[in-house]
Amino acid sequence: MSFLDIKDLDIEYQTRKETIEAGKNVSFSLERGEIIGIVGESGSGKSTVANAIINLIDKPGKITNGSIKLDGIEFCNNENIVQSVRGKKIGFIFQDPQTSLNPLFKIKDQLIETIQTHLKLNHNDAEKKSIDLLREVGIENPEKRINEYPHQFSGGMRQRVVIALAISCEPDLIIADEPTTALDVSIQFKILKLLKQLTIKRNLGVIIITHDMGVIAETTDRVVVMRLGKIVEQGKTTEILSNPQSIECKSLVMSVPPTNKKIDRFKLLNPEGKQVTNSSINLTNSIIKNWGVREINNKKLLDFINVTKIFDDNAIISTKKSENKIKALDRVSFQIFEGESFGLVGESGSGKSTIAKIVSSLISPTSGEVYFENVSLHDPKNKLIKNKFRGQIQMIFQDPYSSLNPRFKVKNIIAEPIKFFQKNIGSDLINKNVNDLIDIVGMSRQSLERYPHEFSGGQRQRISIARALATRPRLLICDEPTSALDVSIQAQVLNLLKDLQDQLNLTILFISHDLPVIRQMCDRTTVLKNGIVCETAETENIFNKPKHPYTKELLNLMPKIESVV
Amino acid sequence: MIAKMINNFLDTDIGYSFKKSKIAISSTVVFLIIVFASLLAGIVAPYNPFDPASISLMDAFTPPIWVEGSNINFILGTDQQGRDMLSTMIYGSRISLTVGFASIIFAMILGVSLGVTSGYLGGRYEIVVMRFTDVQLTIPSILMALLVDGIARGFISKSLHNDMAIYVLILAIGISEWPQFARVTRAATLVEKNKEYILASKIIGLSNLVIMFKHILPNILRPVLVIATIGLSQAIITESTLSFLGVGFPPTNPSLGTLIRFGNNFLFSGEWWITFFPAIFLVVLALSINLLGDWMRDALNPKLKSR
Repeated sequence: MSFLDIKDLDIEYQTRKETIEAGKNVSFSLERGEIIGIVGESGSGKSTVANAIINLIDKPGKITNGSIKLDGIEFCNNENIVQSVRGKKIGFIFQDPQTSLNPLFKIKDQLIETIQTHLKLNHNDAEKKSIDLLREVGIENPEKRINEYPHQFSGGMRQRVVIALAISCEPDLIIADEPTTALDVSIQFKILKLLKQLTIKRNLGVIIITHDMGVIAETTDRVVVMRLGKIVEQGKTTEILSNPQSIECKSLVMSVPPTNKKIDRFKLLNPEGKQVTNSSINLTNSIIKNWGVREINNKKLLDFINVTKIFDDNAIISTKKSENKIKALDRVSFQIFEGESFGLVGESGSGKSTIAKIVSSLISPTSGEVYFENVSLHDPKNKLIKNKFRGQIQMIFQDPYSSLNPRFKVKNIIAEPIKFFQKNIGSDLINKNVNDLIDIVGMSRQSLERYPHEFSGGQRQRISIARALATRPRLLICDEPTSALDVSIQAQVLNLLKDLQDQLNLTILFISHDLPVIRQMCDRTTVLKNGIVCETAETENIFNKPKHPYTKELLNLMPKIESVV
Repeated sequence: MIAKMINNFLDTDIGYSFKKSKIAISSTVVFLIIVFASLLAGIVAPYNPFDPASISLMDAFTPPIWVEGSNINFILGTDQQGRDMLSTMIYGSRISLTVGFASIIFAMILGVSLGVTSGYLGGRYEIVVMRFTDVQLTIPSILMALLVDGIARGFISKSLHNDMAIYVLILAIGISEWPQFARVTRAATLVEKNKEYILASKIIGLSNLVIMFKHILPNILRPVLVIATIGLSQAIITESTLSFLGVGFPPTNPSLGTLIRFGNNFLFSGEWWITFFPAIFLVVLALSINLLGDWMRDALNPKLKSR
């Protein structure tokens, strides 16, 4: 008998119109000292299964069938038993460390409260135990830090506190729901290492839920692959990743951007398991006819010279001295040549998005110059220049859910920039342009009459791309265009971007925190840290022969799916 | 056509929550009955209280029909001039509703445009506008309305004043209600303006005016709708209060508040119905709007959806 045994679990959500099966015949087991990963794309039911174990399924969802046994005790739909073990025998780590701690209480109070709820300890002993726990999860100077509030900890440190909370009552099972998704690569590495250590030291069973195949490869012993509420495959991590059997699993593994080599296009599988080729290439011909052929002459398109950006809090009387102000960018310089794709990579707070906003003229730099085609974009004396280049620089945003106006039909979203730049254009021509654009991003023309909320994240990102292309830009800024998408959708969108670049001779400024994606997408790359350029080089050189120590560290820490294959 | 629209509405999430809420349905029914009755007052009301020919002083102080000494022609009795209470109330609610709707629309236009522009443009303009609303909020709405009314009296001759009363009241109530709209829309605009679709519009190069009123405004209408509904009952009550205080509608053209004021004089001499029925009518009207507004606030708030 296994430590945790889940059998034939069915979970249903009854909604007004239909019943959604969030879990169907889910069965797996877990031993002590083992880390199991549940992986799947959004909507695959991986979180639902985790929540079912601790009976935290939101209404109207309910477990309709099956059994969950921990050490032989039946849990399923038995709130009394689950209540007694939740927190005590089962610890839970949530995705977002910013919101999973109560900001009004000191770390001490939160830890002691949890400990005293489940263990019979007096206040002093509980405090002593809390300090030990914080030391165990790698927080320095715990005697002092225990008296601090959550906002005084950084994101990674906060996640350590959450882990300390989860193990505070000596649980046997830890469920971690996307524990590192909100964290930077270097912190992710440390947190995963910590989880692995604790698993061995305390002989825990750990369930890690994630969408990141790299995390799965680096951390787990066994893996469960889910899709649309069903388990499509489970087994040893090494076997599943190197030799997947089911189509779903194969397509999942194929879509993961490899970290060790550059591939031309991602291979995609259709539901029957056959390889599909992208068809957007032929479609672009009509739009090229419309727009005229554009030649590439490899000349300098964008010149970013010594740009510094200081974010002022706009106080009327500034009390801060200038040295104390936060420099989002510190003398950043780089050049982008026509027709290339240029990558910007860095962790959060490195100033990547600030650069995007400066290039797109959403904000102005504090000092330094930005030249587009040898014309300064931020010349205070010449504001008209900015408008001249408006259509030539366009941007795709990170969040597909907020980047389209929810009150506009797709047709109008794409038509708006066309109307704006060509005032006298007839409605026939607008419709033709809109149809062309929706064709080349690979969506059906029926979708033009619908509203953004009717589409999935990947489809919305395609609409965003169509909108950005509507002005026929020369420089396309992609600010984390795929970080909110599932890997298979990411592969499709990245393929689309590559196709478009080839066909339309686009220059792309590609911003990402994800090193493998950068490797697949970019010709040259700049590594940023805290607003300072670490190095700029050919992407292959950055990955093969990194010079800067920070680049080396990043490459070293990034989760690699190849590590097990 | 209309039936199809209603069906479509009932099929949406909001329509579903409407169907499930008995309070929402009943308050809508009550509100619609009052609105239609007042719109069709000439047909629905048994008498025209403004037609001197239909009024007879002989009928004055007739009690409602279930009280002794009543007249079958006057269901809810008559007032001191012999006007049928039911008819005066229907006509009075027409005035109250007109003032309520007009002043709320006035307040909405003023408040929303100031709120959206100040939230979007920011800077000194925002500071000035928001301090104005702060100052405005420190003045009780009745006081503000009295102030506007007082100023208007100074400018308009007494003979004209009775005819102008409706405009003065709309202006007075509108001015005291706009800060609510300005504050709510400013807050919503601040959230909306940092969303990426607004950044995309900026990068395309659309003008601020287009971004504010074509892109932001349709996306913040929900909270505006909620406060407009609750503001409507507020405006009706304010109007009644002003009329009750004698600065609202003249006795020749009575609103609900004016009717209550008249009745008040007779309350202790036994003719309770003259003040009682208009008062109840006002309560029912305001309550139905408020309950509708409450439901709307819950239904349009995605955070409360699961309840």
